[in-house]
Amino acid sequence: MIDLFRSLGIGLLRLCQLTGSVALFIALALRWSITPPFYGKQILKQIIDIGYYSLPVVGLTTLFSGMVLALQSYTGFARFSAEDTVATVVVLSVTRELGPVLAGLMVAGRIGASIAAEIGTMRVTDQIDALETLSTRPMQYLVGPRIIAGTICLPILVLIGDIIGVFGGYLVGIYKLEFNSSIYLSRTLEFLELNDVILGVIKAAVFGFIIGLMGCYHGYNSGRGAEGVGKATTNAVVSSSILILIANYTVTALFIG
Amino acid sequence: MTNNKNKVPKINMTNVTKSFGSDPVLNGFSLLINEGESLCLIGTSGSGKSVALKCLIGLLSPDGGSIKIDGLETIGQNKTQHEDLLKRFGMTFQFGALFDSLPIWENVTFRLRQKEKLTKRESKEIAKDIITQLGLSPQVIELFPAELSGGMQKRVAIARAIADKPEILLFDEPTSGLDPITSGVINDLILNSVNRLGATTLTISHDMASVHQIADTVAMLHRGKIIWCGSIRDINHTGIAEVDQFVNGKPYGPLTSNNTAISYSNQSETTD
Repeated sequence: MIDLFRSLGIGLLRLCQLTGSVALFIALALRWSITPPFYGKQILKQIIDIGYYSLPVVGLTTLFSGMVLALQSYTGFARFSAEDTVATVVVLSVTRELGPVLAGLMVAGRIGASIAAEIGTMRVTDQIDALETLSTRPMQYLVGPRIIAGTICLPILVLIGDIIGVFGGYLVGIYKLEFNSSIYLSRTLEFLELNDVILGVIKAAVFGFIIGLMGCYHGYNSGRGAEGVGKATTNAVVSSSILILIANYTVTALFIG
Repeated sequence: MTNNKNKVPKINMTNVTKSFGSDPVLNGFSLLINEGESLCLIGTSGSGKSVALKCLIGLLSPDGGSIKIDGLETIGQNKTQHEDLLKRFGMTFQFGALFDSLPIWENVTFRLRQKEKLTKRESKEIAKDIITQLGLSPQVIELFPAELSGGMQKRVAIARAIADKPEILLFDEPTSGLDPITSGVINDLILNSVNRLGATTLTISHDMASVHQIADTVAMLHRGKIIWCGSIRDINHTGIAEVDQFVNGKPYGPLTSNNTAISYSNQSETTD
């Protein structure tokens, strides 16, 4: 019994330590992200890495998600003669939910891992210490640009992903389910509100922040050697994916009230 | 200890202590280095030489003791004071620690470009100038660190450390992993650079040939303390068994009679 309480106590203390460590890291990251000097070249490089190079992955994911969504909703709604709502269901699902979450998870896998591996390698090869000795704050030079770029790029990726996802649904609706093109398009726009898009964009910004933050946090605190960097990479992807799902519910609940 | 009563020592570390968990790595570490002096810190692997260097430059916070540069206490400085202090140092790391994602010219002029607005062309000219002084071809500046050999990377690391003409140079095992000829070349480069800049130098080395080549003074670290410090001329006549064993590379003796290597591999300290 004592062993059980001891284990629980140790677990609780570790959780408190981790929470404190992440909170401190967030505070430092936010502070140095908005404090001059800004490393424009670094921010631009990260925007290209996170935004431009993630576009094919996000585009393909949302395209096929939109296509399968149209197919599945048609199959389900046909059972109670509500096939007409397929276009509306596709556009609302993609803009409010699927676009941001799928883009967030795909970018977490691609970019979260890459950020953690890069910063983790810099940690174990003393490059972060070298930055300090060269009068450069690692938080400002490494962490800030990645968080800024993640927060800027995800909403743009999601907006593009939304269009591609809706287009995927349109392709299936027109060429496979044989809807009338103009009716499908009018149904798509009829019930779509600006708030639906805004919700998706806000979620995307939060997800982008989480991906940048978790990648940097785990890389910055990477253990020694190749094993340490490997663990940091895995932890970055797992923690950002879980936090994205939690944040998705929280933002949705706050937005809906 | 090195003594010069007429001058304030450039570096004065007194009774510095540093532990990782329950493992004391530095335990009353004291060292004096005068201006323009070149001191080599020797000691077995894991004896805390790199930790001492990192405490000196502020990458690690000591648990106790005093570290003075030009008579001014550096422990407990605020961030701005610490950043001003760092500008007076140039440091090379054991494995180079060159920035993988930047070409050599950006590595070499990294600090200069933080300080003043240099155009790409000006930066490349400065990098070319420093790189050629260190015996490398000017074309090297366009390459990335991964494209260079170990010896070339060490030279670039030295170029980066001296580019801003610092007052104090710290070299962490500058010749480790290099063949004897390249080691000799690196030692010559260190000597020339130090003489040209008039810098105070602290070098960590295991390589006694290097120590003989570059040191005015040698200090031996054992169990977290300096057990001997004196002129390089006296290193073979210290009368201290540990120093004798280390200098002559004897496999048996007081250094290997029990496991004195202190592990600090689990350190997880970040400094921001």
